[in-house]
Amino acid sequence: MVETAASIDDVWSWLEEIPDPEIPVISLVDLGIIRGIRWHEDTLEITVTPTYSGCPATTVINFEIEAALRAKGIEHLSLVRQIAPPWTTDWLSDKGRAKLESYGIAPPQVAGGPTRCPHCHATAVEKISQFGSTPCKAQWRCTDCLEPFDYFKCI
Amino acid sequence: MSVQGLIRLGDNTLILGQRLSEWCGHGPALEEDIALANTALDLIGQTQLWLGLAAERSGNGQTADTLAYHRDAWDFRNLLLVEQPNKDFAVTMMRQFLFDTWHYEMLNALTDHIDPEISAIAQKSVKEVTYHRERSTDTVIALGDGTDESHTRMQTALDRLWPYVGEMFSADEDDLMDMAALRPKFDVHLSETLQESTLTQPESDFFHQGGKTGARHSEHLGHMLATMQVLPRSYPDAKW
Ligand SMILES: [Zn+2]
Repeated sequence: MVETAASIDDVWSWLEEIPDPEIPVISLVDLGIIRGIRWHEDTLEITVTPTYSGCPATTVINFEIEAALRAKGIEHLSLVRQIAPPWTTDWLSDKGRAKLESYGIAPPQVAGGPTRCPHCHATAVEKISQFGSTPCKAQWRCTDCLEPFDYFKCI
Repeated sequence: MSVQGLIRLGDNTLILGQRLSEWCGHGPALEEDIALANTALDLIGQTQLWLGLAAERSGNGQTADTLAYHRDAWDFRNLLLVEQPNKDFAVTMMRQFLFDTWHYEMLNALTDHIDPEISAIAQKSVKEVTYHRERSTDTVIALGDGTDESHTRMQTALDRLWPYVGEMFSADEDDLMDMAALRPKFDVHLSETLQESTLTQPESDFFHQGGKTGARHSEHLGHMLATMQVLPRSYPDAKW
């Protein structure tokens, strides 16, 4: 009986292994979208919050969670969508922020823009556009190394 | 709690999201193209929340999809502003700026709504709309205070769209809140932005009505719905 044996900690560590479908260097747990895990009788209930309301990755994420937990032997699974309180980049883990930068994406800053270029770490950066290749990113460029880079928007 | 009030909000975001998506692949620059598509995506996401709640509350087996795809023009409750054609980039961005300025204040007010589900959708949406408003405001300033050509086009766009501003503040009992109360904050952001843009605010306070009540949509809506609805109406069981 794998199902009864699965502890909440086990489930967190399993979800920690699922990459974000659009930024595979960070996990769903790093992204801060897993809001709760609990057993409700024999059903495992996972509460997930969307990053952006129209983000097409949301469907894929639910599919990935389901596939991963089924593979671990979870039989009864319920995915609950929670939109309040709304997702904020404050929920990104420190580990996730560091992984983003080494991947070439500047992590979110409360000041509203990146503090430094993720490639060369120069602080001379400028905004190209408030929007980027996915809803969660904006486009910036470094005026030192001249490379464009993605900035993970702070919301 | 009025289902009509929810449908109004969902129809605004649906129709404007569809309009913006017409730019996909046609934007004047890659960054602008991506920004318009991202804004459209946010609006369609918000539509799923508003129309999803409206469908649930109406309790007659509707879904967000049936509301979007299986109603005709006279059943839509969006503002006339959002169904106006894109025309050039100036009209598109001026329409966006006018809508975002209203939308931002409206959602901010709805975050305190007594109904927790309405408040939750407003809290989620206003974060996205803060970005929309920031970008459309910056663009209106850049183009208004830009070249002679961009200035003229932005002023023409403002004059053209001005008669659709008043409907955003017309109020009746189907609204989720008192829309007229939003006008002072709207006017502050509008006049600050126009001043910085070197654009002139039109003086007339005449406005067209009939979008949010469904009484008199413009002919543009029907043409847009024909494109938007053709697939689910031709193949009613089609699924993504
Ligand atoms: Zn650099």
